[in-house]
Amino acid sequence: MDLAIILALDVLNGAASLFLLCVGLAIIFGMMKIINLAHGEFVMLGAYATVIATNAGMNIWVSMIIVAPLFVGLVGLLIERCLIRFLYGRLVDSMLATWGLSLLLIGLVTTIYGNTMNGVPTPLGGFQVGEYRSSWYTLFLAGMAVSVMALVYALLRFTRFGLIARAVMQNPNMAATLGVNPSRVYMITFGIGAGLTGLAGGLLAPLSGITPVMGAAFIAKCFITVVGGGATIISGTLTASGLFGLVNQLGAYFTTPVYGEVILFLSAILLIRILPQGISGRFFKGMS
Amino acid sequence: MTDARHAGLQSILVLAAATGVALLPLHLDLFALMQVTLFAAMSVLALSVAFIWGFGGILSFGQTAFFGLGGYVYAIAAINFGDSTNAILLAVVLPALFATALGYFVFYGKISDVYLGVITLTVTLILFNVVNSTAGEAYRIGIARLGGFNGIPSVPTFNMPFHPEIPLSPETSWWVTGGTLIAVYLLLRLILVSRFGRVAVAVRENETRAALLGYDTRLVKLGVFVLGGAIAGLGGALYVNWGAFVGPTIFSLSLSAEIIIWITVGGLGSLFGPIVGCFVIQWLVALIGSQQTFNSNLVLGAILVGFVLLLPKGVAPTFLLCLARLRKRYRSTTEHGSAQSTPHAGQLT
Repeated sequence: MDLAIILALDVLNGAASLFLLCVGLAIIFGMMKIINLAHGEFVMLGAYATVIATNAGMNIWVSMIIVAPLFVGLVGLLIERCLIRFLYGRLVDSMLATWGLSLLLIGLVTTIYGNTMNGVPTPLGGFQVGEYRSSWYTLFLAGMAVSVMALVYALLRFTRFGLIARAVMQNPNMAATLGVNPSRVYMITFGIGAGLTGLAGGLLAPLSGITPVMGAAFIAKCFITVVGGGATIISGTLTASGLFGLVNQLGAYFTTPVYGEVILFLSAILLIRILPQGISGRFFKGMS
Repeated sequence: MTDARHAGLQSILVLAAATGVALLPLHLDLFALMQVTLFAAMSVLALSVAFIWGFGGILSFGQTAFFGLGGYVYAIAAINFGDSTNAILLAVVLPALFATALGYFVFYGKISDVYLGVITLTVTLILFNVVNSTAGEAYRIGIARLGGFNGIPSVPTFNMPFHPEIPLSPETSWWVTGGTLIAVYLLLRLILVSRFGRVAVAVRENETRAALLGYDTRLVKLGVFVLGGAIAGLGGALYVNWGAFVGPTIFSLSLSAEIIIWITVGGLGSLFGPIVGCFVIQWLVALIGSQQTFNSNLVLGAILVGFVLLLPKGVAPTFLLCLARLRKRYRSTTEHGSAQSTPHAGQLT
């Protein structure tokens, strides 16, 4: 029983962190059909921002929840203006350019901060379940995932900006004739996506080794989750991250963490083969 | 450029390259020769991606899967057989079989470009993870220990065919590697002028149209992909021969990124350009490694971003385009512009 609770918490943790990591990529891919291969480096920048701010004496919660998304969001806006806006509609070129960008960011951070950096301790303690221990931070991550989901849903569904963004997503030319400036919407959307990715980086900073190449560990997982989830942002990402989080953690429990990842990748390949439109393309057509 | 003239230029190029390969050991010291051998082995990998991406329209982010598989197969087979001849053969055949299985799975499932990139990338990561975790006595194939993260050290290098007691000297090794590069280049050129090559280019240009003309586009793409996998496997064997070592980092993302950079710099849709790109970029990386100011990731990233934004066609096609424009201008001034007005002119130059 205790073991089942711990396992359930692990699955919850896996799914929540996967959702947090992916939602930014899903927004950028779903809205603009840009595959951002520098996504992992946005996570890395968020983690660095958190660690540096915390080490400079800032409260860890402030640096995780405010500094990281703000900083990465601004970086995202800058990158959108200088690079991404020339690449809309050129899918392959956008992948290549963002791959170059990812190398550039890794190189930049390595040049400034070197190859490693002291992390921050995990806040909140642990609690006892029978003879096992778990951490409150796991539950906090799950709570953050739910809040981010609610926030994005509310933003897309109930605000004027959300309405405009969904219109641009469906048909940019039609939206432009109605007086919307798609370029501006894309810019803001990219900024929001980058900011949410930075938030994920900040939240995962206490749990990860902080190195310039840490993003590489996330990029493939995020990539397959978003592709597996399909074009609709919330429902697709949610179902895919739930499914893959479950597969990953159960695989890791019954074999080793390494084979857990391998099983995750294999199931993702199968999923893409069976449902090329993604989960949401098959089951949630027409929802946001 | 007419076909005959093109072919003439090609043969001159290949002859010059062959002479270069033959004479190079006279002019380089051992260190430089080893460097160039490495560059040539990597160029075989570059050719495989240049072929499937530039002429088959298949963007594989995971060509290192076949490259690494070729390297590992060669290492394991060479240790077990004690003779490199059959090991090289296996290093071509097994990656090709793997490419057949993966390609069948992908192309017969009608999976589109981006998803193909995702799947190939994921397969590479799976191989990296699996090979990385094979440390310890339990993981051995025959007498070869896989070694996990530490890889397989002291792999036997190439020897004279069926004479394991005579290993190749660095000079002979260079001749084999450089010669293989030229041979692969020629093979791909021949394939491209064959019926299969023309159909492959037609599929790249417009898959639906090619299918409507009665070609099985899935089979064509599979053929291109398998050929690419076999060539990448051969490149892997050459690479292991160069270093006498193979480790899981052969499957790393950074190598995959570097291949894409070679091709983007050299020019997509060219076979010669990517070889040049591969040599130049690797030389640059080696140069960066010898100083402290710039990080190689920084420079490579800047190069890739710069090329995608400013010179998306790459160096070789841009150069040819400029050449064609110059010739056109020259001709139009001598013939008072008549060349430009005829619809023929564009096709001939």
